[in-house]
Amino acid sequence: MIKFINVFIEAFPFFMNGLVFTAELALSSISIGFVIGVLVAISRTYGNKLSYSISTIFVESIRGTPLLVQLFIFYFAFPQIGIHLSPLVASIISFSINSGAYQAEYIRGSIQSIDKGQMMAALSIGMTKWKSILNVILPQSLIKVLPSWTNEFAYLVKYTSVAYLVGVPELMAQGEFVASRNFEFMDVFLGVALIYLVIVMILTWGMSRIEKMVRMPGV
Amino acid sequence: MKVLEVRNLKKRYDSNEIIKGISFEMEKGETVVVIGPSGTGKSTMLMCINRLIEPDEGKIFLNGEEITGSKHPEIFRQRIGMVFQEFNLFNHLTVLDNVRIGPIKVKKLPKDIATKVAIENLKKVGLESRMNAYPAQLSGGQKQRVGIARALAMEPQLILFDEPTSALDPELVGEVLEVIKKLAREGMTMLIVTHELGFARDVADRIIFMENGEIIEQGGPEILANPLKERTKQFLAKFREGR
Amino acid sequence: MDLLSILQVLLKGTLITAELAVISFAMAFVIAIPFSLGQVYGNIPIKIITTSYERIIRGVPLLVVMFIIFFGFPSIGIRFDPFTASVLSLGICSSAYQSQIFRGSLLSVPNGQIMAGQSLGMKGTQIFIHITLPQAIRFSIAPLTNEFTIVLKDTSFAYALGVTELLREGTYIISTTYEPLLIYLLCAAIYFIITFSTNSIVRRVEKRFAIHGFEFRGERA
Ligand SMILES: Nc1ncnc2c1ncn2[C@@H]1O[C@H](COP(=O)(O)OP(=O)(O)OP(=O)(O)O)[C@@H](O)[C@H]1O
Ligand SMILES: [Mg+2]
Repeated sequence: MIKFINVFIEAFPFFMNGLVFTAELALSSISIGFVIGVLVAISRTYGNKLSYSISTIFVESIRGTPLLVQLFIFYFAFPQIGIHLSPLVASIISFSINSGAYQAEYIRGSIQSIDKGQMMAALSIGMTKWKSILNVILPQSLIKVLPSWTNEFAYLVKYTSVAYLVGVPELMAQGEFVASRNFEFMDVFLGVALIYLVIVMILTWGMSRIEKMVRMPGV
Repeated sequence: MKVLEVRNLKKRYDSNEIIKGISFEMEKGETVVVIGPSGTGKSTMLMCINRLIEPDEGKIFLNGEEITGSKHPEIFRQRIGMVFQEFNLFNHLTVLDNVRIGPIKVKKLPKDIATKVAIENLKKVGLESRMNAYPAQLSGGQKQRVGIARALAMEPQLILFDEPTSALDPELVGEVLEVIKKLAREGMTMLIVTHELGFARDVADRIIFMENGEIIEQGGPEILANPLKERTKQFLAKFREGR
Repeated sequence: MDLLSILQVLLKGTLITAELAVISFAMAFVIAIPFSLGQVYGNIPIKIITTSYERIIRGVPLLVVMFIIFFGFPSIGIRFDPFTASVLSLGICSSAYQSQIFRGSLLSVPNGQIMAGQSLGMKGTQIFIHITLPQAIRFSIAPLTNEFTIVLKDTSFAYALGVTELLREGTYIISTTYEPLLIYLLCAAIYFIITFSTNSIVRRVEKRFAIHGFEFRGERA
């Protein structure tokens, strides 16, 4: 235990350096993914045949394949068609797209769970379809989707660790860097695990606070 | 000028004709009550009027302007209020926001003016004290009164009511009917679908009896006591038994 | 390399991928059942232990678990080959999610069902076996299928330990053909075919065994 603490303290500055990248990866991907998710969910629910088909193919193909393969396509395969992305950018793009597809499914489910009467009432006071979606359907769906969204955020935070495999110096990579020097693989990676665990727990706790704050009373 | 004119309205689902050519008119300030058995197409007809359901045939005019065929039904919906059986209040908004969202987002009124309008209408339905509550914190009767205030806030030329008290516990029906009666006295033009025959007799200038997608009989409230058509008699008799 | 031999190599990797997925999923299942029972029916210490296990494992990335098991354990004298280390990691991580699924399914059997069982004079274990469990199993089919496809996709992490699964085989081919786009898209297509067919087979089975008016519930993980 003492040894673990010593190793952890020694590695801590490296962990913090990595954490900056992990946070950058997670925050930018969840945000870009959110925008993608909302747009795709809306086009799957309210779009015409064409946009429905395109967004369905998008969601199904992303959800049907591993994140790691998607990342490798952006990082290792895109140069073949002349697009060279840095490890960080390739990671953010693939994580955003991946998370976007999952968020789209959660949001779509949430939209579909909203009572039809809400749309009718919005239309009845003279809102257009798009205004109704924006002012009535979407706010309610986003409140309802929060628990699943938190889940997705936690998944994403953990999945950012694969950015290590294309050379982003995030938390995992820093762990590998430290351990390959002091050979304390066990203690170093337990330390890394601990940091992820703490992040995920803070995230879950914080989101449940937010859920309580924005919850529609009685619904 | 007629506020509402419905000419030969028809609606089909697949091969099933739900509305089979309905025509009637409404004068300004008139309260018309529609009664009839369940599944007759009353709700469908009502929603065809503001085109929440797209009619298949026929023409509908609001103050002489044709609603049917317009590319922008929302323009007419701004001028036609609707009150739903299931209230359909916006669950994520407070009572005040429910009432002023139309004026703000649709009519583009400045927020302070919209708020004034909303509070005025909440007063009318006796709920200004609950304006910061959320729908789920209200009783059914209160919800429906907010629903009415929401419709009123758009200053509509006509309000459609679809069984406004059918989802309410019996002891809450009265407060909602009182509000509607008050609107009738104030000269609001209203088309009301209801099963409350006593209320219909009190409030209606005219009663339309509908069955199987057709108007069977219409006339003043006295037809409730002395219907001319056999079908109307049967319906009313059954209804009284049922009560 | 021609397309045929490429596909042959990828197929070899696919078999390893499938092995990884099936073995880890089964292992996770075996762990998850007692843990979920502990979470629902256990006494307080058992509830605390099983719940902490679930929470902790769900908070740690699979890749980190893999590195602890593969690189960390040798320092306490336990050595695993890459395949075994991958199976253990995948299994442990999935067990936490599966335990969550079973817990949710058990808890979503309505209380009235249990009371009805009691009213017939059934004992606790009888109620569990004849009433709670059959319903809970049906609730958990959809989320479990989803979890299986997640495990399947996560087997690609075994690449990091050098297991010659699909993604690793693909990468080997790329090092000789320099066709990353084609090869990785082929890999993606293979993963897609497996997840897609898993989903549609289960959906069909679900339909076969559907009881009218009995909805499959349970949050999709
Ligand atoms: N979207 C639809 N598709 C097919 N049939 C429909 C649809 N909507 C309504 N109907 C049918 O149209 C008929 C009329 O329905 P409507 O709701 O207008 O009746 P109603 O007179 O309002 O009845 P109630 O008093 O029960 O409210 C019913 O038989 C119903 O089954
Ligand atoms: Mg109706």
